[in-house]
Amino acid sequence: MWRRPFFWIVAAVIAVFVFAPLIGDNVSLREGLVLAAIYIILASNLNLMLGYAGYINFGSIVFFGLGGYICVWLINSYNWPLAPSLLAAGIGVSVLSFIFGLGILRLRGPFFALSTIGIVEGVQAFVQNFEPWGGSAGIYISPMVFQPLGGPGRALWVIYFLLVAVMGASLYLSYAIKTSKFGLGLLAIGQNEDAAAILGVPTPRYKALVYSVSAFLPAIAGGLYFFKSAFIQPSDAFDLSLSTEALVVAMLGGQGTVTGVAVGAYLYEELRGYLLTSASFSNFQLVIAGALLLVIVLFFPSGLMGFIYSRYPSTKKVLE
Amino acid sequence: MTANATPILQLDHVGKRFGGLQAVHDLSFVMREGEILGLIGPNGAGKSTLFNLINGVFAPNTGRIVFAGIDITGQAPYLVARHGLARTHQIVQPLTNMTVLENCTVGACFGRENLPLGRAREVAREAAIGVGLEDRLEMLALHLTIAGKKRLELARALAAQPKLLLLDEVLAGLNPTEVEYMIAVIRRIRDRGVSILIIEHLMQAIMSLSHRIVVLNYGEKLAEGSPDEVARNPQVVEAYLGDPKLAAELQAGDATPASQGEASQGSASNV
Repeated sequence: MWRRPFFWIVAAVIAVFVFAPLIGDNVSLREGLVLAAIYIILASNLNLMLGYAGYINFGSIVFFGLGGYICVWLINSYNWPLAPSLLAAGIGVSVLSFIFGLGILRLRGPFFALSTIGIVEGVQAFVQNFEPWGGSAGIYISPMVFQPLGGPGRALWVIYFLLVAVMGASLYLSYAIKTSKFGLGLLAIGQNEDAAAILGVPTPRYKALVYSVSAFLPAIAGGLYFFKSAFIQPSDAFDLSLSTEALVVAMLGGQGTVTGVAVGAYLYEELRGYLLTSASFSNFQLVIAGALLLVIVLFFPSGLMGFIYSRYPSTKKVLE
Repeated sequence: MTANATPILQLDHVGKRFGGLQAVHDLSFVMREGEILGLIGPNGAGKSTLFNLINGVFAPNTGRIVFAGIDITGQAPYLVARHGLARTHQIVQPLTNMTVLENCTVGACFGRENLPLGRAREVAREAAIGVGLEDRLEMLALHLTIAGKKRLELARALAAQPKLLLLDEVLAGLNPTEVEYMIAVIRRIRDRGVSILIIEHLMQAIMSLSHRIVVLNYGEKLAEGSPDEVARNPQVVEAYLGDPKLAAELQAGDATPASQGEASQGSASNV
């Protein structure tokens, strides 16, 4: 893997994420990169479903939100340290997704897409009424939990570096799957599921597996994000618009590509940051996202990378 | 092929009903290892449905299907493929945005041998070269001509290294030169010991390729025997009377290139 240029491109991106905010202790840059990292994590993992297996998942935010809840709850109610809480969040959400996946992945096309929205609404309704998780009020954690990490100031840096690690893991995971036999089977499913099954691809198992794998790292990212906020409530954790944004990002960069999705996520985050801070455009990014999605679907279905590939075919060998 | 060879495929009173339509009714036959068995019959006779029953796209309502000693009745297509049964489609089903080589690699990876990716690529390359696609390995399947897509169907099935190959009208829609090429390919596959069950409307081709022929009509077996026996069977000729040209071809047992062209046009319109 380390002989491929892709490996070094990702390594360079991670290095930039790590060192850029360290220079001059630039906290505001760091906070911007936190969001960029989260978009990259959500979009890359969504891409496993969307770009590889060809299944549109509107509910990827459930992984993020549930991961956040499990992590925050374990830390708050059982005084678990951060690391095992994150791991428990990842594994717990993956196992749940595998079970959900076996059920809903019998559906295809628009029916599957609708069922994923149903899962977001269902999980949100459940959590709102689940007392151990604070119902609709959510869970607050005391700032004391940051003490083991060296106080709130240092804890924010630790959380940031962990998020960057999860981002790097997401990109390498996308690449590893794409170049594996599992990935080949997924791509075949994405192209023509019936033909894939006839060629011997174990379609139900592969689909449930990729759904579950695509839940793991977003769940950990959710754990980190809500631990950082020290607060979680259902409307933040299961915000359907973030799911939709992740879809836009994946399609903007080029579904099925690893680099494209990461670049798309970064560009989108920059745009969103700009629109959010300019006074006249509060929440206007959702309008832009919607318009962007329309333009992409109508005119650039293969996204940014599709455009680059067709312009410069040699880049196909370098950028995955 | 010897008379006491082990059966590769055995159908035992297989039936399938779609609503009010009995697509396949009480059908039994045995196929021996290394055999080419032709499956003919008028349009709507249930030939393609039979393929879908054998490779698990549909589960039969009645009967049993045994493949190489394994009862595969109602098993999912991907399980049937693992046992060593591959097929091509009448209406080609390429994985359009993948290259020819990738298409074949899927077949090799998930076929009988369950090969790892690297080894699968080699097998896939050989399979693609075997059907004459060596100059189009890196081409996206969607850019292939119809003849190219038909070859890809065959290459992909072969890459799975099957024991039994189901060919569903691989000659339909091809011009006479391409038909000749494909027939030679099919002969080469047979020489490697792969059993072949073939559906074809091109009479001259199927009569010369097959060891034995099963004739289907309205989902039932009308006749079974050597190509000569079947061609002389009055019931078979009668079933084809709606299509006098085919009946004449059946009886003549050979065909001129002109009638071959017409027959392939005729079958192309069935697609």
